[in-house]
Amino acid sequence: MHEYSIVQSLVDSVAAAVGAREAAVRTPVVPTPVVHRVDVSIGELAGVDCALLATAFEVFRAGTICEHAALRIDRIAALWECPRCHAAIVRGGFLRCPSCNEPAHLAAGDEIVLQRIELEVS
Amino acid sequence: MCQDCGCGDVNLVPLDVQQRILARNEDTAAHNRKHFLERGIFAINLMGSPGSGKTAVLEATAAAFEGGRKLAALAGDLATENDANRLTRAGIRSRAITTGEACHLDAELVHHELHHLDLAGVEYLFIENVGNLVCPAVYDLGQAKNVVALSVTEGEDKPLKYPTMFAKADLVLLTKVDLMPYLGISLDAILDSLARAMPVPNVIVLSTRGGLGVDDWLGWLERNRAMAFEEVMA
Ligand SMILES: Nc1nc2c(ncn2[C@@H]2O[C@H](COP(=O)(O)OP(=O)(O)OP(=O)(O)O)[C@@H](O)[C@H]2O)c(=O)[nH]1
Ligand SMILES: [Mg+2]
Ligand SMILES: [Zn+2]
Ligand SMILES: [Zn+2]
Ligand SMILES: [Zn+2]
Repeated sequence: MHEYSIVQSLVDSVAAAVGAREAAVRTPVVPTPVVHRVDVSIGELAGVDCALLATAFEVFRAGTICEHAALRIDRIAALWECPRCHAAIVRGGFLRCPSCNEPAHLAAGDEIVLQRIELEVS
Repeated sequence: MCQDCGCGDVNLVPLDVQQRILARNEDTAAHNRKHFLERGIFAINLMGSPGSGKTAVLEATAAAFEGGRKLAALAGDLATENDANRLTRAGIRSRAITTGEACHLDAELVHHELHHLDLAGVEYLFIENVGNLVCPAVYDLGQAKNVVALSVTEGEDKPLKYPTMFAKADLVLLTKVDLMPYLGISLDAILDSLARAMPVPNVIVLSTRGGLGVDDWLGWLERNRAMAFEEVMA
C-alpha cells in the first residue's frame, strides 16, 4: 500500500506549488487559498492502484492543504513502441518490433504526475 | 463560479504544475547514485515476491566469490533483521532496514543506512528489497540495475500479472529450478510470458541447491560492473 506514501508526496507537492505561487504573487495579507481540485496522471504501468490512491487521498487529506480538494485521476494507457520505426507494439505480444527486431520502448504509461491544481480565490 | 460543485461565488484559478510526484525520491536516488559512482560501487536493487529466494541467491553469491570480491548488502524487511543476519553469516557486510508498515524501500531509507555501512573497498552493493512484486518497482533507489528473483514455484504467468515489475527488470533470476520436476511447470511457458513483459528478456536459470546458473550470475555481475564504470571513465 505505497498509495499512502504517494498521497503524502502529492500533498507535499501541492503545498510547494501553492507556496511558490504565493511567493510570486506576494499578497501575504490574503489567507492561503483553498485547493479546490487536484489533477494527476497515473500511467497504467506506474505500479499505482487508482482506487487505492483515491481512498488514500480521502483519508489522508484531512488537516492538510488538500482538505477540501477533489482528486481527479487521469489514467494513461501503456504505449509500447519501436524506438526505430515508432510502430506501436501490441500489448500482450512479444515486446519487440516485428519489422526492426528492436526491443520495445515504453513511450507512455509509467507516469505519476501532478498536472494541475485549481485554487479557490475569493 | 464553480462548475464542479456549484458552491457559489468563488473564483477558480488554475495552476499548471506538471511535476513528477516522486521527484523528491528521484533527487535522493540521484544523490545515492553519485555516492555509488564515486566509490566504484555497483548497486543492485534485488526485488521479488516474498520467499522467491533473494537472500538465498546472495548467500550463494558470497560463497561462489569465495571472498574474492567485496560485497555489502542492505536488507529490507517489514519486521525482522533475519536476512541481514543471514547475509552477515555468509560473509557479506550487511545492515537491516526495517520498514514497519512500508511495503517497499525508498531512496531516503537507503541513503540513511548507506552512511552507517562501511563502504571502503566495496565493489557490489546488493539492496534486497521488501518481498513484494508491486510497490518496490515504483521507487528508484539509485541502483545501477534492477534484478528480479522469480521462483519457478510462483507459476508461469507472474510476469503478465505484475507487468510493472518486469518492465523495469534488467535481469530476471529464475530461481529454485531444482524444483521443476515436482511442479510440472514448463520452462518455455515462463520464458514466453517474460518476453511479453520485458523488452529485453534477460534471464538466468538458477538454483542455490547444486549451484546451477550461479556462475552465469557472477559473470553477469562482473560484466555489468565493468561496463558501468567504463561508461563513467569515457
Ligand atoms: N529447493 C530450493 N529452495 C530454495 C532455493 N532458493 C531458496 N530456497 C528456499 O526458499 C525459501 C525462501 O528463500 P529466501 O532466500 O529466504 O527467500 P527471500 O526471497 O529472501 O524471502 P523474503 O526476504 O522473506 O521475501 C527458503 O526456505 C530457502 O531455503 C533453491 O534454489 N532451491
Ligand atoms: Mg530475504
Ligand atoms: Zn505498496
Ligand atoms: Zn520497428
Ligand atoms: Zn549522502
